[in-house]
Amino acid sequence: MMQKKNIKPIIEVKDLHKSYGTNHVLDGFHLDLYEGENLVVMGKSGSGKSVMIKCLIGLEQPDSGSIIIMDKNMNDIHREDLDEIRTEVGFLFQGSALYDSMSVRENLEFPLRRHTKKFGVIEDTTPLVMEALENVGLENTINLMPNELSGGMKRRIALARTLILKPKIILYDEPTTGLDPITSKEIIMLMKSIQEKYKTSSIIITHDIDCARVIANRMILLIDGINYAEGTFAELSASKDPKIEAFFK
Amino acid sequence: MNMISKFIESLKSFLIEIGELSYFTGKFFVEVFKRPFEFKEFIRQCYYMGNRSLLLVGVTGFIIGLVFTLQSRPTLEEFGAASWIPSMVSVSLIREIGPIITALICAGRIGSGIGAELGSMRVTEQIDAMEVSGTNPYKYLVVTRVLATTLMLPLLVFFGDVIGIYGSYLVENLKADVSLTLYINQVINILEFSDVIPSTIKSFFFGFAIGIVGCFKGYNCKKGTAGVGKAANEAVVFISMLLFIIDFIAVFVTNIFYDL
Repeated sequence: MMQKKNIKPIIEVKDLHKSYGTNHVLDGFHLDLYEGENLVVMGKSGSGKSVMIKCLIGLEQPDSGSIIIMDKNMNDIHREDLDEIRTEVGFLFQGSALYDSMSVRENLEFPLRRHTKKFGVIEDTTPLVMEALENVGLENTINLMPNELSGGMKRRIALARTLILKPKIILYDEPTTGLDPITSKEIIMLMKSIQEKYKTSSIIITHDIDCARVIANRMILLIDGINYAEGTFAELSASKDPKIEAFFK
Repeated sequence: MNMISKFIESLKSFLIEIGELSYFTGKFFVEVFKRPFEFKEFIRQCYYMGNRSLLLVGVTGFIIGLVFTLQSRPTLEEFGAASWIPSMVSVSLIREIGPIITALICAGRIGSGIGAELGSMRVTEQIDAMEVSGTNPYKYLVVTRVLATTLMLPLLVFFGDVIGIYGSYLVENLKADVSLTLYINQVINILEFSDVIPSTIKSFFFGFAIGIVGCFKGYNCKKGTAGVGKAANEAVVFISMLLFIIDFIAVFVTNIFYDL
């Protein structure tokens, strides 16, 4: 495992709590993400992985705890600063979340047109759109509508939309869920190549063990709302703890 | 006891919903004046809503004008007042029937459409995707749609009224050989600004109600895909109820001005 003691994390989560009524989804969860690192968070369905990742980007409000992203405290952040952070933090949704009423080109242009602070006013977005599509190998889909794409293609386009803002951090919410094994493998390799090309840091929420094996520099097992175990894939897969073993069987 | 507690629960949730709708409406007035203005999306929505309802409003207006004249003609003839048909039809259509019928059609057509569209965007995380891409989804989705319905409904009402009056003229032409010029002259002679202005103002409120309630139901849609259908359905019911309340208030206020 890499020694990170002297490096400042780009995402720092401390003592995160989130409940829905009497259901305590997160109960003191914490994590650090370092530059260039792929951190995989695994857990059973309903263990609060997606809630945690949505708290990071401000889609859910935690009950308590602190989230610091690139030195900005998310607890007392203004809307303008939050939008600025969001240009640096990409989010890949579980169901792709492509805008139904827009073509692939418009889906990719959508965030671009709204971040004039980062890129200036772009007269011709085509080169940037094409670059993002080339990264995911789908240049020929530019004029298609989302309903004309397969599940795997949608996931790739969603990834291209995330990449178009050139984020420093990418949050993946179950990137391979609902895909066949071959497409899953392609998405995993795509994530890996993107990380190598753009030197992004990633938090990957998954329960796909193959995805974790290929991509994880470090892993956290989220069980009962807490960090049950942390380590590399090799360390955790060698564990004799029955709760940890259950994930690797 | 069980029934009372159920009633109290329903009343409580109704009041909570009214509170949430008020907050949602208040947010509209805050966001509408803030930059950036989503002008392109607003124009797209105007075209989409107007275009989508034009045929239905036209056909309904035409049939109402036609039927209204056919039904009232025998009675008016009995009293020797058949020549009053153009006046009666135009005043009724412009003051009351045109706005309320058009608004009810648009509640079913546009209100439910907005509820279902935004509801489906909510459950498929498209609204969240907008949020994380740094766009204000409320401004992009809600403000544009509410402005579009507010602006388009009076235009649709005007269109429906004109077609309705034309339908009435056709009956008059067939039954009594009334010329178009004579019919239109009678309509123009009887109509006053006090007929047209209140009904136009009322139509703006109808349009606003359709937009804001449709957006409210869709934007706050929960419980997966089943919630989308529920959002669309509730939007129509809520809007229809609200339209009659607005209509009652509008008539009440207009009468006060007439009395002055």
